[in-house]
Amino acid sequence: MITSKESKIGDRFLIVFCFLVIVVCFVPILHIAARSLSSMESLIRNDVMLLPIGFNIDAYKYVLADGKFTWALFWTAILTIIGTGVSLTMTTMAAYPLTFDHLKGRKFFNTVIIFTMYFNAGTIPMYLLLKDLSMLDKPVVLIVPYCLSVFNMIIMRSFLNSIPDSMRESAEIDGAGPIRVLISIYLPLSTPVLATLALFYAVGRWNGFSDALMYVNNRHYYPIQLLLYNLIMATSNIDVVQQEGGSLPGLSESLKAAAIMFATIPILCVYPFLQKYFIAGATLGAEKG
Amino acid sequence: MPKKKQDLGKYLSRYWTLYLLLFLPVLYFFIFKYIPMTYIQIAFKKYSIIKNVWTMPWADNHGMEYFIQAFSNRDFIFALRNTVMLNFLDLVVGFPAPILLALLLNELKFKNLKKFTQTVAYMPHFLSWIIISGLALQLFAPNTGMINGLINRMGFPSVPFMNEPVHWVVTYVLMGIWQSVGWNTIIYLAAIAGISPELYEAAAIDGAGRIRRMWHVTLPGIRPTIVVLLILNLGRILGSEFDRPFVLGNPLVKDVCNVISVFVYNSGIRGLQFSLTTAVGLFQSVVCVIFLFIADFLAKRFGERGIV
Repeated sequence: MITSKESKIGDRFLIVFCFLVIVVCFVPILHIAARSLSSMESLIRNDVMLLPIGFNIDAYKYVLADGKFTWALFWTAILTIIGTGVSLTMTTMAAYPLTFDHLKGRKFFNTVIIFTMYFNAGTIPMYLLLKDLSMLDKPVVLIVPYCLSVFNMIIMRSFLNSIPDSMRESAEIDGAGPIRVLISIYLPLSTPVLATLALFYAVGRWNGFSDALMYVNNRHYYPIQLLLYNLIMATSNIDVVQQEGGSLPGLSESLKAAAIMFATIPILCVYPFLQKYFIAGATLGAEKG
Repeated sequence: MPKKKQDLGKYLSRYWTLYLLLFLPVLYFFIFKYIPMTYIQIAFKKYSIIKNVWTMPWADNHGMEYFIQAFSNRDFIFALRNTVMLNFLDLVVGFPAPILLALLLNELKFKNLKKFTQTVAYMPHFLSWIIISGLALQLFAPNTGMINGLINRMGFPSVPFMNEPVHWVVTYVLMGIWQSVGWNTIIYLAAIAGISPELYEAAAIDGAGRIRRMWHVTLPGIRPTIVVLLILNLGRILGSEFDRPFVLGNPLVKDVCNVISVFVYNSGIRGLQFSLTTAVGLFQSVVCVIFLFIADFLAKRFGERGIV
């Protein structure tokens, strides 16, 4: 490579640019963290930038003492675990048989599945169907209706396709049936794609909001995002509209910040460790999709 | 004929478990994707809570009553306009952003800095719009927000980032970029990694500097990827996500923030006008499919691979 003057200036520019990207991505989170740990007075004075002023953890204590909030966290964790399990199972059950070239009706199944990616009936037909199935307001409505994503199925299918057929064939000669081959050969080799899809499904459920908003009225079944929405937006929109004037803005501000932190921290703790997996998964999906 | 049957029997006796595996997923698609399609006829019928979709009476005007109503509904016209406007802005500003970021990241020689930047840049993709909106309100609020606090301290009046239509649109588009730009570089970086290093060496020998190598080697190398993603995005020009506009919107900017999905939610699930909103949804789905095919056709016309 040529190291000219031009490229040295370029390198400097690129380093500055990277720092800018990092700052822009990270400052909002840092600011919220600082707010959640700051005193009421400093928030009312709007002094808090990136570091807490008047450090205290009262907001976290308040939020944790709120039974509804801790229940929603726990409930969403349960939903996420069950939902991810159901989704991974369904995705595997759909993707694995479609990797058999000789499967009779393969083209038909593929078409039936892919078609739903291009055309969907829409929000209201889905809502009325769930109503007719009496699924509205039941916990199952937060797990089953969107448990299988065609996009993720395609990612899984192309990963399974990349496993050499010879491995399957030698097992078949030994008398292993398709399910045996799946469990003893394919699944152990599929850790990368399973980790990727588990992350996608889990983040989707943890962040899921609109299904709960539309299908669930019972506050007991509210997932964390819907509770957060009611908590943050309901009061903040009034703040935006009325230009404040409410009681105790400082306290409610730090409470909101702490609530946001509770919903964010689990994700921040998980995704960096799965990076090498999900990069491959995201690339695979975009190529084959 | 009998022999063929025998073969099929043999095949099934060996591979019937594959169909067993497929049973639940196919049932899922049948119930949750195909049965709702039969509900589409509600768009042409008078919705009635006591009848099922097959026995509801047809709507007036040869069944087209609710389409006529939709297009004479001021809220829907606004929603349609806003959907196209916001998606168009997302496309014009948001589409090139990850390409640019990927090009710049690719030029970075310090691998650790590159990796760290990527990890941080992927983060917003994993946050829900509720959380992002919570962050935005705390940053942008007129009196209590950090940014306006800084602006005020410098002696300028507050900027109404989220409560004045034009400012809101800009904020909406920029926050979309903030959320997705890092994630969307993944696919471009993968495409760049597939470009042969020999091309760069040849360009360098010919005396091409960094900028010219980007322009003449990297960009043509990722052109197929750009085209495929552009097709997909064009196909979505009338599509609308729900969370982002619904959560970021507020009553002060309702003339620009209500998109079709929000209209359907407000008038359908909350307003119980099921026939009208099913008609709107059908219109949206059909236009999306048509746009996708047109974009795909154009791409193939220009010698690209296409997607359909």
